[in-house]
Order: sequence, then C-alpha cells, then structure tokens
Amino acid sequence: MSTGKSRLAAVTGHRLFWPVVVLVVLLAANAAYRPSFLAVEVKNGHLYGSLIDILRLSAPLVLVALGMSLVIATGGIDLSVGSVVAVSGAVACLHISERPDQNNVAGVLTALAVAFGIALLLGAWNGVLVSVIGIQPIIATLILMVAGRGLAQLVTSGQIITINSGPYRTIGVGHLLTLPFAIIVALAVTVALAVLTRRTALGMIIEAVGGNAEASRLAGIRSRRIIFLVYVVSAACAAVAGFMMTANVSSADGNAAGLWVELDAILAVVIGGTSLAGGRFFLSGTIVGALIIQTLTTSVYAMNISPQTALLFKAVVVIVVCLIQAPAFRARIRTRFRRRPATPVAPTVVEKQKEQVAA
Amino acid sequence: MTTSQLTGGVDRAPWWRVPQRQVPVLATGALLLVMYGVGVSQYRAFSSIQVVFNVFIDNGFLLVVAVGMTFVILTGGIDLSVGSVVAMTAMVTAALLRDGLPPALVLLIALLIGPTLGFAMGCVIHFFDIQPFIVTLAGMFFARGMCTWISSSSIPITDGFWTGVAQERIRFGDSFVTVSVLIALAVVAVAAYTLAYTRLGRNVHAIGGSPQSALLMGLPVGRTKIAVYTVSGLCSAVGGILLSFYTLSGAPLIAVGMELDAIAAVVIGGTLLTGGSGYVLGTVLGVLVLGVIQTLITFDGTLSSWWTKIVIGGLLFAFILLQRLIGIRKK
Repeated sequence: MSTGKSRLAAVTGHRLFWPVVVLVVLLAANAAYRPSFLAVEVKNGHLYGSLIDILRLSAPLVLVALGMSLVIATGGIDLSVGSVVAVSGAVACLHISERPDQNNVAGVLTALAVAFGIALLLGAWNGVLVSVIGIQPIIATLILMVAGRGLAQLVTSGQIITINSGPYRTIGVGHLLTLPFAIIVALAVTVALAVLTRRTALGMIIEAVGGNAEASRLAGIRSRRIIFLVYVVSAACAAVAGFMMTANVSSADGNAAGLWVELDAILAVVIGGTSLAGGRFFLSGTIVGALIIQTLTTSVYAMNISPQTALLFKAVVVIVVCLIQAPAFRARIRTRFRRRPATPVAPTVVEKQKEQVAA
Repeated sequence: MTTSQLTGGVDRAPWWRVPQRQVPVLATGALLLVMYGVGVSQYRAFSSIQVVFNVFIDNGFLLVVAVGMTFVILTGGIDLSVGSVVAMTAMVTAALLRDGLPPALVLLIALLIGPTLGFAMGCVIHFFDIQPFIVTLAGMFFARGMCTWISSSSIPITDGFWTGVAQERIRFGDSFVTVSVLIALAVVAVAAYTLAYTRLGRNVHAIGGSPQSALLMGLPVGRTKIAVYTVSGLCSAVGGILLSFYTLSGAPLIAVGMELDAIAAVVIGGTLLTGGSGYVLGTVLGVLVLGVIQTLITFDGTLSSWWTKIVIGGLLFAFILLQRLIGIRKK
C-alpha cells in the first residue's frame, strides 16, 4: 500500500507528468470530438492520419524549441529565431528560384548550404553580442528579431517568392521509410542533440554555465565559448525549421514566415519544465511542450475556430501549465489543502519574503 | 576614489561633465537633432513645423504605451501584452459604440480593461513567482484572442463624440495638433512627475536597482510590482483609445508587434533593460527617433518600408553598445 502510494507520488511528481497529462487530455478531447482522429492508415506505403499530421507540422517547432532549450539552459533567451527562420527560408527560395532547373538536386543542396551558412552567421552575431560584448540576451537577440525581418524582406524584395522545386518540397511534405521526411529530420536532430548533451559532458557544462557563468569559468569551463555555441546551434535549428516551413508552402514570405515562432518555442520549453532562469534543461519536456502547442493549434483548426481566437485557448493552457509547475503556486495550494482553509495568509507571506531574501 | 568623490561634493564636478546616467538620454537627443537636421537639409518641406506635429500625431498612442513600458522595464520586468491590449481596447470601444452605449460609459469600460488585465498579470507574477515574460506573453495571447472573438473583421466607429474628437484640430498658427497629442503629452507629464517625485517612482527605481535590497529596506516590493503592470495596462488602454481616435475603427489585427516598438523606444531612450535607471523623457525621445525615421523614409520615397526595421535594429545595437560602454567605464 505504502509502496504503491510512493510509486504514485513518484509518477505524479515526475516533471513530465503534468505536461504529458495535458497532452493526453488534448488528444482525448480530439478523439471524443472526432472519432476518426486516432486512425492511422497506410496509403501508397506512406502513413497518413491526424496524429501523423500533428507530428509532421510540429517538426519545425520541435527543432526551434530544441535550440531554444539549450539557449535557455545557459540563462539566455533567443528572440531572433523567427527572423532566422524567415531569412534562411528566403535565401534558400531566392537561390532556387534563380536557377534554370529548379529540380536539380545539386542546386537545391547549394541553396540549402548558402542559407544554412547565413543562418550560422546570424547565430554567431547573437553569440558575439551575448558572450563577448556581454549584452543581455533578451536585448541582443531583440536587435536581430527586429532587423532580421527587415533583412528577410530585403532578400525577397518585399515579394513572396514562389518556387516549383521537387527536391525542396520533399523537406516539407516528402516521405522516407513510410514516415514524413520532416519527422525524420526532427527525430535525427533530437537524437543528435540528446546524445551530444547527455552522453557527453556538454549538457552538464551548459547547465553549469547557466547556473553560474562566473563560477563555471573559475572551474575551468570556457563559459563564453559555450554561450557562443548555443546561439549558433539555436540559429542552425531555426534555419532547418525555416527550410521546412517554406518547403511546406513552396514559397518564402519575408514578413510572415516563422512569425511568433520564437514565442511558441519559448512556451514549449517552459511547458516542458525548463526554467527561464537557466541551469537545467529537459529536451524530452521541450518536445512534449512543442507537441502540446501543435496539438492545440491543430485541434482548434479542426473545430473551425479562427486561428486568432485559438490564441485564447493557448493563453489558458499556458497559464494553467505554468501555474501547475510553479513552486510558489504548488506550495500555496498545498497549504490551502493541508491546513484549515481559514489559515491566515500572513505566515505564508512572511515565509515567502524570507525565501526571497535568502535567495 | 569614492571618498574623494564623497568629500568633494557636487560643486567640485566641472560643469561640462554630464552625470553618466544622463549620457544615453543626451545621446538620443543628439541623434534626434542630427536626424532632423538631415531631413531639413535634404527636403524643403521637412522644415515645416507641421512635420514635427505629425510625428506626434502619428505616434501619440505609441508614446503613451512606451511610457507605460518604461515603468515595467524600470523594475526589471517586461510587458509583452501591450500591443494586444491596445488592439483589444480599440476593439471593445468600437463594438460597444456600435451597440449604442453612451460614449462616457464606453470610455470608462475601455479604460478599465487594460488596468484589470495588468493587475491580474502583476498578481500572477508576484504571488506565483512566474517569469514576467511568460505571464505577459499569455496576456498577449489572451487579449489578441479576445479581439477576434469580439469580431473577426474591422468595426468602424461612427459615434458623434468619437468622430468629433478625432477631427478636432487645435491650431497653432498654420499648423495643428489633435486632441490625442495633448492627451499623450499629459500622460507623459503625469508619468514623469510620478517617476521623479513620488514614493511610487522611488520604489520603482529601487526595485529595478536591486529587488533584494528594496525588500530589506522595507519597501513594498510586491505592491509596486503589481502597480507597474497595472500602470502599463492603463497606459495601453489609453493608447488603445487614442488609436481608436486615430483610425476611427477597431480592427483585430491592429498594433501587432507594437510591444517591440515600445521596447525599442524605451531602450533607445536610454533606459537600462536590467532596470533601475532611466527617464520618461528618454522614452519620449526614443519614440520621436522612431517617428522621425519613418518620416524620413516616407519623404525619401525610394526606400522601402523594411529599411525602417533594419535601421531600428541598427539603432538598437548602437544604443545598447553605448550603454554597455558606459557600464564598463563605471566599473
């Protein structure tokens, strides 16, 4: 009995418990609303179904959010990912549209390489601003967030570049081994990042830098180099996400591509249990967070609610998930339940103040 | 060195040495003058006083919103919800006026929405210790969602009082300003007084400088935090009403990204994003810089609109670098 209880406590206490519960509730609500929701079928050797669609559409967000997790783990934030998505998509599409044969695989690969290189440069710019010059991350990346949209429009001359390239489309809607290509890319990046950060010391080093950059420097970690690195990785992830998003619609719109994706990515990271204060990161949580956001978006579309009104639901889910995970909120609920409801509020306030002072 | 400074007193400082905390504001002022000078030398019509007034007329609502943002940023927080709250206020105003409510009542309701939402966000931030970034992001989603929930298309305002105020011209010789400009300037004056001379203003600066010291000094940290988000919400509400005067409609997708303009204006105006140091006057100058950039690009005619964003990004970079350099010198 007591072991059962403690096991239950271990499950409910796990940091992934509440995010997964929210995801399951969302999926269950969808299934109740539309019984065919859970069906997955095989057509022409490819998997089809709402669940597969959610996975495929969430691939770009998963990529951006993974890069964002690493940045947030160092105590930073990267607001510029949306702009990097727009720039990389615009550069790739512009490059392909200027080619005589848009279906040439080599040409597409060159375009991808050029766009990827430019994204790395943008990431390096962020990295230099934060690690070398020492500007607050939120502001350093705000510069590129504002200017990057302008750059993307400069690249596309304010037009929407439409391309007709089979190989490029594959990135967004193609299939490989029965699965959509985008899912495989997202999976590959996830595995690569997980192995790099959790099977080597890199992850711990990143968390150490996020915990205390100065202390980790004194402990022999080149914290500046690590901080520089995470911004480059974040931009690289954003670039791949940019290819997916533009390939999905076969066109690049400097104004709308990746708009507000940085906010969704930050939400995914926070929902996944990573604190914005830095020092810890959970890649698995981030992926669950990204899936929650995409499931929410997809289900709201399926219920014929306008995308803008969908923001109302997003706001509610964000606040609920963040409140559940906030230690202060949990403590308050716990005292409310354990003591009599009439317990004066004053003692908790004093405790809280003491905590703050101690911190 | 500190001792000599202490004993030296104020009168030892040479008159030409500007206090360091005022350098960013003066740099913004100088930049504004240079930009205006460039405009006047390049375009004949630029020297008309009406151009200056137009900058105020076109940016009155941004001015008010940025002033509210200054309060929040001074405490070291951030408010991403302002653009959406502006849109929601304009939307509610338009919808209620369409339904035939008396203008005075509509004005009251519209003015209450922003502060209520701001108060709620401030409470969540303070009591549950959740990052302002996330809470105000949720607020942004909420307000924007409410806009389309009210109506998915734009609602025109035909009410007599609203059109009357919108078309009122206050003349100074040949040029004129609108009522909105006067309201915006009044908000600026009240905010500047509050930050400089009241207890709330001092608390805001103290919390931005160091929340723990402020707490140890016995300052009401929680109350002040909640207050700044409420003030920001109030400013957004006033901004929304000014916007409804300006456009005479409520549209669900208006003022998207205004929070970025407001933050940019505050930063260009020399307020430190870590909090604790900054002036409302700097924010005013920051908004004017943004306005003059847009005016210059409109006057040129050959430059495309996206240059605005690139120039703003460049300016942000320059000013942050300047702040950083000052920060290093202080150490």
